[in-house]
Amino acid sequence: MADDMKVYKCRKIVKGSGCGEAVVSTDAMCFYLTDPQTGVVIERNHAIHGKSIANKILVLKSGKGSSVVQVDGFYQLWVKNNLPKAIILRDTEPVIVSSAVMVGCPMVDRMEGDPFAEIKDGDYVEVDADKGEIKVRKKS
Amino acid sequence: MYLTDEEKRILDGGEGPGKQKAMEMLYALGLTFDAEKLIPIKRAHVALSGQEGDTYWCELLVSGGATCAVPPTTNPYWDTDYLTKFYDVTPEEFDLAKRTGDAYRKIGAKLTYHCAPGVCTNVPFFGEHIAFSESSATPYVNGALGARSNRESSISALAAGVIGKTPYYGLHIDENRRGDLLIEVDADMKECYDWGILGYCVGRIAGSHNPVLKFRNKVTPGPEDFLYFGAEAATSGAVAMYHMIGVTPEAPTIEAAFGGKKIPTAAAVITDKTLADEEATLTANTGDINLVMLGCPHYTYSQMLEVERLFKDRHVSNSVAFWILGESGAVELAERSHLRQRLELLGVRMVGDTCIDEPCWKSFEGHLGLTDSPKCAYYRERRGQPFAIRRLSDCVEAAIKGRLD
Repeated sequence: MADDMKVYKCRKIVKGSGCGEAVVSTDAMCFYLTDPQTGVVIERNHAIHGKSIANKILVLKSGKGSSVVQVDGFYQLWVKNNLPKAIILRDTEPVIVSSAVMVGCPMVDRMEGDPFAEIKDGDYVEVDADKGEIKVRKKS
Repeated sequence: MYLTDEEKRILDGGEGPGKQKAMEMLYALGLTFDAEKLIPIKRAHVALSGQEGDTYWCELLVSGGATCAVPPTTNPYWDTDYLTKFYDVTPEEFDLAKRTGDAYRKIGAKLTYHCAPGVCTNVPFFGEHIAFSESSATPYVNGALGARSNRESSISALAAGVIGKTPYYGLHIDENRRGDLLIEVDADMKECYDWGILGYCVGRIAGSHNPVLKFRNKVTPGPEDFLYFGAEAATSGAVAMYHMIGVTPEAPTIEAAFGGKKIPTAAAVITDKTLADEEATLTANTGDINLVMLGCPHYTYSQMLEVERLFKDRHVSNSVAFWILGESGAVELAERSHLRQRLELLGVRMVGDTCIDEPCWKSFEGHLGLTDSPKCAYYRERRGQPFAIRRLSDCVEAAIKGRLD
């Protein structure tokens, strides 16, 4: 049912759309520290250590770390079909943006409201970058 | 975002699909960060890695007919001629290394294979607009040298090299270079290792802000100190610009560092105890070691000399391999001055053009390694080798014993 979904505006960074279950990372991420076969985050002491980002809607604080392994992290997940369906960024930085541009991973930022307050793990989220729109259905 | 007619023609594919891809990358970044235009650059550095992701991008541009308007210097992958004498790789891994060299040669890069270009292989001047990737190089050229680069990825820096331009936003603009976070430091900065641990603490606190460091005691950091500091601040965080009051060129005073804005109260005070605690969380591992790996970022000639001094003619344990990864000019100098030969007699080997994060090192995986660089330990984890982190003198003692206590 679409009518129980709350709608938020956002800004397109990389075109496209995607929907799925949300996984929320309040820590910045280096995608190289995920297992490309499963999309599971392997970085110790990380907010989503042990969780998979594969085919999820990733709500992410920001990117961090090396300026090249971030690219390879995206590339490896891309060729194994384990990228997130879309990424909602809170703090935008150039390395993660260019990585997403290269592999065409839908990406948005400037969500109306704080994404960490509006979206929790397990919520169902639709992101339409071209329309600049995010829809959220809370987990029941 | 304003594009000239020529830039629009490139974006529309008028100069071939390779340059079009490169322009699409710059345009996407420009739009995302509200750049008003592109500006010309005369210097770029690409954090080549020999990984599939960045090689894919270079091949994509090359196959679309692109070459570089501004030949960028590059990071290392690994010395395939020398290291295959010691270690096996799979045909696929060897092939990827060959593909990487070929692709970057075809696009017209300047193959320096060195990850600290600001120290010696591609040194920008104060105020120069550049596009440098390599997370440890960006804070070095901005903070220590006062050049102007955003935190480029390897692929956006290559795009900038192809087009000869970069979007005008972020750290190219005065007000974005100013400090926005104050950190006080009351600690004894003995050697570059301490600067690395300080950088790791600062990156965690600063995230992607521009930290301003105020030192209680007078400090006189050298190239290696700035390098270690920036490398770690860009590993635990995403620091691309920093100020050290009375030390770095855009921070003669605290007022200058904050650009006349209100000076905030200190977000943190870092003491010897803070550094010791950070070190303790990073360096829990002990036990038998099979590898000491130095040179992340690449070792300079002075650091190689320091290794020799600390060994005091003692020999590396037979159960340990000891590798120094250096800038190739430094390795060449060591060869000419016979430092390399003297170190080899002690069981210490060195190699140029090579990164820690490459498949040639896989025979060591599954056992404990030892390094003086938290960045090395962080990135080797993905490849299945746990690393302990210690200052250089402790690394040398452990190499002699074959064991870290």
